[in-house]
Amino acid sequence: MRYLEEFRDADLVQKVLSRIHNTVKNPWVIMEVCGGQTHSIMQNGIDQLLPDNIELVHGPGCPVCVTPLELIDKALAIASLPGVIFCSFGDMLRVPGSSTDLLKLRSQGAQVKIVYSPLDAVRIAQQNPDKQVVFFAIGFETTAPVNASSVLYANKLGLQNFSLLVSQVTVPAAMHAILGSTDNRVQGFLAAGHVCTIMGYHQYHAISKRYGVPIVVTGFEPLDLLQGILMAVVQLENGSSQVENAYSRLVNEAGNIPAQKMLNDVFEPCDRNWRGIGMIPASGLCLRKKFARFNAEEHFELADITTKESEICIAGHILKGIKKPTQCPAFGSLCTPQHPLGATMVSSEGTCAAYFRYASVKQE
Amino acid sequence: MCLAVPGKVVEISEKEPILMGKIDFDGVIREVCLEAVPEVKLGDYVIVHAGFALNVLSEQEAQESLQAFRELDEIENNLTYNTDLDSDS
Repeated sequence: MRYLEEFRDADLVQKVLSRIHNTVKNPWVIMEVCGGQTHSIMQNGIDQLLPDNIELVHGPGCPVCVTPLELIDKALAIASLPGVIFCSFGDMLRVPGSSTDLLKLRSQGAQVKIVYSPLDAVRIAQQNPDKQVVFFAIGFETTAPVNASSVLYANKLGLQNFSLLVSQVTVPAAMHAILGSTDNRVQGFLAAGHVCTIMGYHQYHAISKRYGVPIVVTGFEPLDLLQGILMAVVQLENGSSQVENAYSRLVNEAGNIPAQKMLNDVFEPCDRNWRGIGMIPASGLCLRKKFARFNAEEHFELADITTKESEICIAGHILKGIKKPTQCPAFGSLCTPQHPLGATMVSSEGTCAAYFRYASVKQE
Repeated sequence: MCLAVPGKVVEISEKEPILMGKIDFDGVIREVCLEAVPEVKLGDYVIVHAGFALNVLSEQEAQESLQAFRELDEIENNLTYNTDLDSDS
């Protein structure tokens, strides 16, 4: 068992698909929260295989996309400083700030490094004691424990030259914001499997009860996604709104307790601005006071930042599932992955990038 | 971003200040932080995100899910709906 190709088996996919076709009677709108799921759906053509009356809308679970412009401008300001090595996941480098992006800064001589893990950034700090090493700590709950572990690791090593620029956000707060919105269309959710691997799914019972929506914890392979969709559709057709788990090989109700402990040791809840969506109360994580010396925002004195968003980009509507990329006048013309107007066109999880890359989408 | 890949634990090391190990991703070996899976054993499969093991994969749960998919035809033929797919229940 390698836990990959077993969950891509074409015959089993066909069985689950036919069950979905036999089950669905009414039109339903289901949101997959996670951008990784959006890409898997588009890449595998799952949206094309579903009955016409199941509409998948794509959620805000793309940390690169929701990192606020102000923080990207701060990242650009820090990366421009002499003596700084700025480390980031690769996705962030092309995301447009108000006037430039990290990739352009690097071409102009700034020390911007792509790392696979924040722990690699800690090693870079160890090897460069005369430089300040900053890691752009973006992410949802999946990434929070590894970002936390980088702080704990740097702390154990006694490093004085390592800090995080934190943009951590949390999924349940975003689901509340979407379901509580007056223009909400979402009737059922596929909850993000790897977020739930860390956090469990106990916190979703209250959401499902309050808004009357089924929530199914779902994985990323074709069979996982179809199982999640099937379980959501069965509930919708039955008028049920429960939390179910379609990713039991990895997720349990309580989640990963040691990972949660690391997360809670280092971070505490705080309000966060989401790019394209706005401020959501208690929707993020910030460094606790005892780790303030690892906070890049406190470490560097930055001039006031005035942000400027594209006037054409509709990323906010896309992140809330209100519009599809094909409804944007700039999609594929003024806005492409090479020349993005908004972050949803950049990230490997962004909805616009998924539509652009796997072009055979249903026309609206 | 939340992309995570399964791999097999081939080495566990307690030399560093944090629990680290080596994971075999189908021939590619990488160093990974194992702090969140302290119970992990050599040969276990973990799911790895950004150099960090999120959890240990359960072979039993995986086999049960696959078996439930295989049995879908029989369920279909019996024309009775049940929730066998939800292997968590």
